[in-house]
Order: sequence, then C-alpha cells, then structure tokens
Amino acid sequence: MQLGRVMGSVVASEKAAGLEGVRFLIVQPLNKKQQPVGGTVVAADALSMAGLGELIYFVASREAAEAMQERFVPVDHAIVGIVDQVHLMEEE
Amino acid sequence: MKVGTVVGTVVSTVQAPILDGHRLLLCDIQDLSGRPDGYTIAIDVVDAGVGDTVLILDEGSSARQILGRDWGAIRAVVVGIVDELVVDDEMRKVV
Repeated sequence: MQLGRVMGSVVASEKAAGLEGVRFLIVQPLNKKQQPVGGTVVAADALSMAGLGELIYFVASREAAEAMQERFVPVDHAIVGIVDQVHLMEEE
Repeated sequence: MKVGTVVGTVVSTVQAPILDGHRLLLCDIQDLSGRPDGYTIAIDVVDAGVGDTVLILDEGSSARQILGRDWGAIRAVVVGIVDELVVDDEMRKVV
C-alpha cells in the first residue's frame, strides 16, 4: 500500500458492469515524506468516504479489485484507508 | 519477499474492514546492496518495531493465507524480523 493525496474526482455514467455506484477519485501518489511522486492515478474509493485534499492510502493491482464490495470488478487502484497520522522515524 | 526497514507507522480509523485490528508499518524496501528501493505500507503480524530490519511479503494470496482470509485488499505483510543478513559471503550489519 502507498500513501496518496486526493486531488479530484471523476464522474462517468457509462461504466463497466460491477462499477455502478462506485466513486472514482484522482489520487497523487506520495513518497513516505508525503511529497508527490509520479503521475496521478484514478482510484476507486472502497470506503466511499474519502474527500478532496485528504491523505489516504491505496492498494494497487489485483488486490484493488478485492477491496470492492462486488467481486472481480475492473479496478486497479483502490483507496482502502484514510490516514489519521503518519509517524516517521527521523533520518540521521 | 523483500528485505526492508521499518521507518514508521500509519494510523487510520476509516479503513477497509480487513485492516481492522492490524498495525500498519511504513517500511523502506532495500535492494541487494542495502540501498533504499521505494517504500510500502505493510500489515504487521510479528510485532516488529520502528528501526527493525524485516522480511516483507508482497503478494496478495499469500498475505490473505497468513491472515486466514480468502478475500480482501491486502498485499504487503511484515512476516519476519531479520537477525542476520549475508550477501556475497559478507555479513551485513542488522540494526
């Protein structure tokens, strides 16, 4: 799982079967210091609770589909947690 | 599996139900020469702590097997605390 920041949302009325009612959010992946790394991805919101600007963590690949209520849906990134706090050891 | 170092923890209340009751560790992943090679947030099943060198499993179905689940969004699990690391007959210092 990786940290990410919710940057926006995607609305689509025509979707593949199984994705009805699923929220899609634009997520900027972050490194452990919460700095942006790489391009943004569209992630399904498995919690239906993540909001704009929030620090979240997401899971990628096949496990993303397993985060959803419906089984075997075409999802490759899914938000599985909203971060309250990150404790990071100070580097020497 | 990968070798890494626990560098922090992640706390969340709103999360996928499969993560309930599990500690989440922020782990640096290391390559063969000990250099950092990205990071991952992993579930802890061995009571590892910050600073520990650990063994990280990064594969979904084995992860679910460890937690006794057949379905769920988990992939990275800290499955061991490393005592000793030998690369090319050379003992690596383990903190």
